[in-house]
Order: sequence, then structure tokens, then C-alpha cells
Amino acid sequence: MDAFQFIRAESLNSATKYGVGAKFVAGGTNLIDMMKLDVERPKVVIDINGLPIDKITVASNGGLVLGALARNADVAHHPAVQRDYAVLSQALLSGASPQLRNMATTGGNLLQRTRCPYFRDTAHACNKRESGTGCSAIGGHNRMLAVLGTSEHCIATNPSDQNVALTALEATIQIQGAGGNRTVPIHSFYRVPGVTPHIETVLQPGELITSVTLPPPVAGKSIYLKLRDRAAYEFALASAAVVIKLNGKRIDYARVALGGVGTKPWRSLEAEAVLHGAPADPVTFRRAAEAALKDAHPQSENGYKVELAHRCIIRALTTATQSV
Amino acid sequence: MAKLPLDSDPESTAETKPASGHFSRRSFLSQLGAAGIVATAPPLLAAAPAIAAQEPAAAAAAGTVPLTLRVNGKAHTLHLDPRTTLLDCLRENLDLPGTKKGCDHGQCGACTVHVNGRRVNSCLSFAVMHAGDEITTIEGLGQPGHLHPMQAAFVEHDGYQCGYCTSGQIMSAVAVLKEPVGPSDDDVKNAMYGNICRCGAYPNIVAAVQSVRRSA
Repeated sequence: MDAFQFIRAESLNSATKYGVGAKFVAGGTNLIDMMKLDVERPKVVIDINGLPIDKITVASNGGLVLGALARNADVAHHPAVQRDYAVLSQALLSGASPQLRNMATTGGNLLQRTRCPYFRDTAHACNKRESGTGCSAIGGHNRMLAVLGTSEHCIATNPSDQNVALTALEATIQIQGAGGNRTVPIHSFYRVPGVTPHIETVLQPGELITSVTLPPPVAGKSIYLKLRDRAAYEFALASAAVVIKLNGKRIDYARVALGGVGTKPWRSLEAEAVLHGAPADPVTFRRAAEAALKDAHPQSENGYKVELAHRCIIRALTTATQSV
Repeated sequence: MAKLPLDSDPESTAETKPASGHFSRRSFLSQLGAAGIVATAPPLLAAAPAIAAQEPAAAAAAGTVPLTLRVNGKAHTLHLDPRTTLLDCLRENLDLPGTKKGCDHGQCGACTVHVNGRRVNSCLSFAVMHAGDEITTIEGLGQPGHLHPMQAAFVEHDGYQCGYCTSGQIMSAVAVLKEPVGPSDDDVKNAMYGNICRCGAYPNIVAAVQSVRRSA
């Protein structure tokens, strides 16, 4: 691991004055792992754990504000999250391990990096790790990698479960930088790789996520379904976050986001368009699933993900509407 | 033909025994390491006392960060390279080797300790991030003669084979006692999946954890 300057941030303003070459550390579960692999090599590491942005509070409009330093375990077990945003609690509890969830934070999880094996191995070319070097995953071992939002430069999957749930919940992200504060909807926060896979979000150097805000809860049902190689402690091959409300037998409101198949937490407006106003039945669900994957671009080893994601969406929708 | 008496075996002569009459594996390896330095780097060793004499006793090496770390109820004043993980600090700086290094990437749970009462992977945290935190390791949980009930239960239920994952398993298991975990064996398995046991002692680990939960 390269040497770095360690700074304990005393205030939000002092934390955001460093720019390129600096990294914030909160839980450390992702950053320190990658620093050990020489995948991340920051010159400055700013410890933000002392900053007062760790609370979970009810917003004035009835939504919920998750401080950026709120730990994944605390969010998952928070009574308001379990009651009103079950999809988020389920997503968090399906990820990592209890120890990691005690460390990992809301803001850090938003910035979790891909588990693409080539990204994590400096012996291989990777456009995300080192721009312009090429993509070893295309034509390589890509069984775990993305089928949606890919480019000829990168097919890395966004690994997070939390972010899929937050996408279905239409969360907003509060950001503080040297230039002031701003709020970004989560669907505008992530970038697809295109020709710049190393740029993953709209965050500018020095900007710090301070909180995530959930809108007031939808009076319906929400669930997270995660399919993976083993039942615990594994990343998604395909996952679906669904928020849905019925009016009689018709679907009044639907939000669908996918994990494990996209280069970013994947909101499927196509699936939602099929669902809205349609009867909650197997035909509708199959059509929604096919709409969600219609632009899928499978690689040499991950063609199975298209049908796996279909079935994941159908089962999530079926489960969510059966028990409404 | 006369046999050599056992006590004249060169391996067991008084001269080769330490004063305490036994070696621990760790002290033996530490001495071996020191001997290696003498053999391979005499100039460095010879120069060291002169440098030390010029420096104040508490001087920090360039780039180190001062901090006070509270471990098992005791405060330690340290100057650490910020790259030092909490795990390495416990084992190498504070001589608390009960916490084990398995994968060193947060995947196996062998390094599990408690920070402010919550279980974490000490390999994925820099020690300098823990000024002011209350850290508990397996050494702080209990010692021979006054074991924590969970340690005693692991002995009683044979919850290990090679023992390498055991301190992490026990630290996780003690945390489970305070976490929202359901009553069944499956609930315990689900709460303990962050601790891998390569020997596969899982059934006995679950039995140990359940015995403590039922008697609590």
C-alpha cells in the first residue's frame, strides 16, 4: 500500500477543501480493501467519521433522511425503514456480512466500486481502473458482469444492493462541495461507462455526500429479491427492487430497479411503463420483465442473466402483489 | 548397548530452556525473528542505539500519526504509520495476537473485534480511525480461569477444530447476544455467516451459541 497523508476532518467545510488525489474514508470496507490491492492509491485520506452526519431523521414532508455516515446495519434495522421502506432494509440485509454492515455507511455504499475481477487485479488491463488500457472482461471471464448499460470499453457491474433499493425508492442525494451544496436524484447520480468508465458518478473532486433523502413512503408494498450463487455473503447475479401499489386488481404505481445486471443501479422505466395501469397478472409481469431486458447486450459468459433477470422481476412482482 | 539417558538429549538440556521453563509458539517465533536480524543486518542493529540516544524517547517517525487507543479497558499511546490496520496494530504493536489475520480483505471474519460494542472486521479499518473508540478483543473477553460464557461454551461444545477462526467466531457470537437475531438455529447461522470455518465446525459452533443464548 502506498503511503498517504491521514487527516481527521474536523468540519464539513474542512473536509471538502481537498480535491484530486484525496479520498474520504468512512467505514473503510471498500476503500481499504482496494488500497491493499493497489487499485486505489490516494495521496490523502480524510477520515470523516467525526462529522455529525450519522443520524436518521424524519423529514418535514414525511420522508426520511439518512445521514451519509449512518451505518448499513442501523439503517436496515431502523423501525421507520423496516415499516415504510422494506425494500431498503431487505436489500441492505442481503448484502455483505453483519460485521461489514456495522462498518459500511450509506454514503460509502453509494460509491461502492465494482467487483469485476479485472478491475481488482492490477496485472490486467482495465479502463475503469486505468483509463485507456482496455477491457479484459470483454471476451474474458464475464459471467458475473453486466448486460445493461455496457459499452465497448467497460461491462463492469455495479455491485451494491442498497443502491438498487434507493433507485426504486427515488432517493435524492445531498452533496456538499467547496462550491456549495446541491441535491441530485439518484437516477441522475450514476453514469454509464461510455468512453469514460473511470468516471462513475456526477461527484466532482472534493465533493462529499452528506445525506440521502427518501421521499414520503408509498402506500403500497416494496420488496427486494436477490439471486446469487449461494444464499448468503455473495453479490447478486440478478436482483430486483420493486415498489408497487394496486388499485383493485390494476397497478396504480410501480417502480422497478435492477441489480447485478447493469453498469449502474438500473432503473427500468420500460418495465414501469408496461406495469402502470395494467392488471397485476402473470402476462403483465412477463411483458414488464421482457421490456426491462430488451436492450440487454450479453457477453460470452453471461447470456443466462437475461432470463435470470426476467424471472427475478416476475417473481418479485408476483410476491409483492400477492401480499398487498 | 547403553542408551543415552533421556535427560542428556541435547534438545532438553537446561541450557537450551528458557528461564520460564517453556516456550510459547509466539515467543519462540519472535526470538527466531530477532536472531534473524542479528545474522543478516548487523550494521543496522549496531547503528540503532546511537540513533536512539539522540532522539527523545517518545519521538515519532516521519509520517506517523499520534493517537491513544483504548483496548480492553486500557489506554495505549502510539505513533502509527496510518497504513497500519486495526488488526495489525493489535497483533504487532500491542502484542494481542488473539485476533487472527485470515484473508485480510473482510471476507473470512477471523479478525472480528468489537468497536464500541459492535463487531467489525479489524482488517478493513485503519487503527488511526479509532482514537476515542472502545475496542475489545478476545483477550479482553475472558482469560483461562475466568472465561466468558461463550468461550466456555465453545470448549464445552467443541466449537472448533484447528482453532484459527475461533476468536473471530467467539467475538461474533458474543455480539449476536445483543443483536436482533431470531431464536432458531437458522437464525444463528444467518447471523454468523460473516465468519468462515475452513474445518467446518459449524454445527458445534451453532450449538455453542445456542447454549449461551438459552441460558442467558
